Amino acid sequence: MMENLTIAERQQAMLLSGGLALVGLVLAIVGHGDAMGAHGWITLFFAGGLFFVVGNALYAPEPTLDRTTNYYDDPTKVGILLSLFWAVVAMGVGVWVAAQLAWPDFRFDAPWSSFGRIRPVHTSGVIFGFGGNALIATSYHVMQRTSRARLAGHVSPWFVLLGFNLFCIIAASGYLMGITQSKEYAEPEWYADIWLVIVWVTYFVLYMRTLARRNEPHIYVANWYYMAFILVVAVLHIVNNLAVPASFGAAKSYSAFSGVQDAMTQWWYGHNAVAFFLTAGFLGMLYYFLPKRAGRPIYSYRLSILSFWGIVFFYIWAGSHHLHYTAVPQWVQTLGMTFSVMLLVPSWASAGNALMTLNGAWGKVRDDATLRFMMVAAVFYGLSTFEGSFMAIRAVNSLSHYTDWTIGHVHAGAMGWVALITFGSIYAVVPILWRREGMYSPKLVEWHFWLALSGTVIYVFAMWNSGIIQGLMWRTYTESGTLAYSFTDSLVAMHPYYVARTIGGAFFLSGAIIGAFNVIMTIRKVREDTPELDYPTKSEAGEPAVPAAE
Amino acid sequence: MLRKILKPFSKFFEFHARSHYRAERHSMALTIGIIAASAVGGFVEIAPLFSIDETVEAAPDMRVYTPLEQAGRDIYIREGCYACHSQMIRSLRDEVDRYGPYSLAVESQYDHPMLWGSKRTGPDLARVGEKFSDEWQVQHLVDPRSLVPESVMPQYAFLLNAPLETASLPGRLAALRTVGVPYSDEQIENAADDARGQAYPDTDRAYAVEERYGEATNIRFFDGRRDRLTEMDALVAYLQIMGGLTDLPQKTQIAEGE
Repeated sequence: MMENLTIAERQQAMLLSGGLALVGLVLAIVGHGDAMGAHGWITLFFAGGLFFVVGNALYAPEPTLDRTTNYYDDPTKVGILLSLFWAVVAMGVGVWVAAQLAWPDFRFDAPWSSFGRIRPVHTSGVIFGFGGNALIATSYHVMQRTSRARLAGHVSPWFVLLGFNLFCIIAASGYLMGITQSKEYAEPEWYADIWLVIVWVTYFVLYMRTLARRNEPHIYVANWYYMAFILVVAVLHIVNNLAVPASFGAAKSYSAFSGVQDAMTQWWYGHNAVAFFLTAGFLGMLYYFLPKRAGRPIYSYRLSILSFWGIVFFYIWAGSHHLHYTAVPQWVQTLGMTFSVMLLVPSWASAGNALMTLNGAWGKVRDDATLRFMMVAAVFYGLSTFEGSFMAIRAVNSLSHYTDWTIGHVHAGAMGWVALITFGSIYAVVPILWRREGMYSPKLVEWHFWLALSGTVIYVFAMWNSGIIQGLMWRTYTESGTLAYSFTDSLVAMHPYYVARTIGGAFFLSGAIIGAFNVIMTIRKVREDTPELDYPTKSEAGEPAVPAAE
Repeated sequence: MLRKILKPFSKFFEFHARSHYRAERHSMALTIGIIAASAVGGFVEIAPLFSIDETVEAAPDMRVYTPLEQAGRDIYIREGCYACHSQMIRSLRDEVDRYGPYSLAVESQYDHPMLWGSKRTGPDLARVGEKFSDEWQVQHLVDPRSLVPESVMPQYAFLLNAPLETASLPGRLAALRTVGVPYSDEQIENAADDARGQAYPDTDRAYAVEERYGEATNIRFFDGRRDRLTEMDALVAYLQIMGGLTDLPQKTQIAEGE
């Protein structure tokens, strides 16, 4: 990997990692005695390790060929592997937390292994570790191909990718030590948040600089989504994490917001983390890999425009549907509900656009599990956005809120949509990145597909059942006008579904493990093959960025 | 039919698609467009919450958390209790019957951040304060299934042996004051002593806590141990004050009933 960097770039990389190692050392010293100190050591080892890896190869031969004649895929490759690594870890933890709800003693006799501490390891691990790495890696791939230009810079892509992973490590290890702001999906403390801002701004600059190099007048749809993902996530992250540390030598901080304002800010963030992290970025994947794999142009350019701006504009309003019947003023709740229902239009426009693109390629969907991953992802996207709009209606929400139905909904989206489109994209991109003839075993891709699909269905059905039963039990009255069930009664009724959920999750996890194995074997065992036309070019004839529309 | 409905707008769509076709050649145009389109909703929904006075009710008796309760709250956050317990009773009949008067905005006025929660694997805790004795709470935290055999809650026995770290409390209270909680200089300076005093009744420190935080403050051996101040003391002190910072919800809902 070092052979693609010039000596000057290697020196830059050493400077950056050396600087970061120093920051780690400072954190370790001022945070001595606090968990922040442990994070300082982690940073120091992480950055120090990189420093030595680069330093070891500092005077290795420099690249001889003109680098602009090729795409820069090294960071993409590492990103894909990291994404698979996090998938296995975070989904494994997911199965463990699920099991703890069915069998509460399925843990170690240590504070770190309690549900409250490992649950965020699962959520952050899946969303940021698995999803985030996949987004960064595929965005590198897609922006280069659709711009027909090489990445702008050789150090900054690594900085973004590895910096982001350092954030993920600090987040996950922090939860185990009890470091959390308690804001869901924004748990890491102030210093990790500041670090992520630096990484994210670099990411945006890299994206804009690469687009500026493009050999294609138009910016392709997938890039709009990746841009929306990068930009809006930055805004959400900065605002929601505004906080005052209790001391600069310790991790604990207090949010700038309290009560009602904090609830609204948190769910403005929380719901748009779904919108711009788990939807926009993955729609970027869908808009590139699905037409590419199907060999068909996107069905409708206008639908793409409509759904893109609809999603960007409507989603932001929807957060307050998490706060129905609470102390948040009713006008905010009503706005949230209204926009959540309207959101169905651009969401279904996207899902429909994707499925209509497959018209004429259904034979491929039948034969090719990779394309089927993407097709089913689009279907789940349509289903879970419908469910989301439905659950945002006040009357429905009065039943569904606080129950497992929400968990079922989230997992229909996260497993059925986000993970399936990611795995589909990974299977599509791995042979191209590593210049292989194909995947090591198409049969294992089939296995993964059916395990993932059945795992999702088991999980979601279990949670629908438990959620609705829970909601109904809580509000059932006896004839004499008293509550019919105690809270404990409802908990006992959940047990079989919690077992089923664990099984569904285990199915999904084993699919991911098979996927990771298949990718590793592809890299190690499959013969090399150079795909035609996968290089930057000024001429459209060389390689159209995506299958051309009529 | 769809075609017919959309017909009058066809010119607009045409224009929109054409202008978009031109705009998408410019990355800055997209950037500005995305920021503008995504800013509207958040601005309209969040900004007024800070400026409209009715958003948070006035409750003259609303008090701040004592240092011990705040330390307990920090432990509650550290252990991720909010992942399974909400602190927000919705204005629905069954919730009011089950948990008590529905939650008001003012009750979490000093909660940085709020812990309303999103999931009830366990019951809501907004009004759990004083519903159970200290002994019950301690035993339940040490071994939940000894009291509720069906419970799936994790055990927190280690809190009983973990000494409470109090040195950082003045800094914590000061940070809270920066973000808007009205702690006095005196309360901040004495935070560490006050934490200790609240768990040692009939001592000078305990009287000082009463003076600074009011007569109604719970001053007890929360964890039952008299030899040391533990994290269990703090967490139980916090649990016992939940719903007890102001009487306004009870008053409001009695008034509504009449």
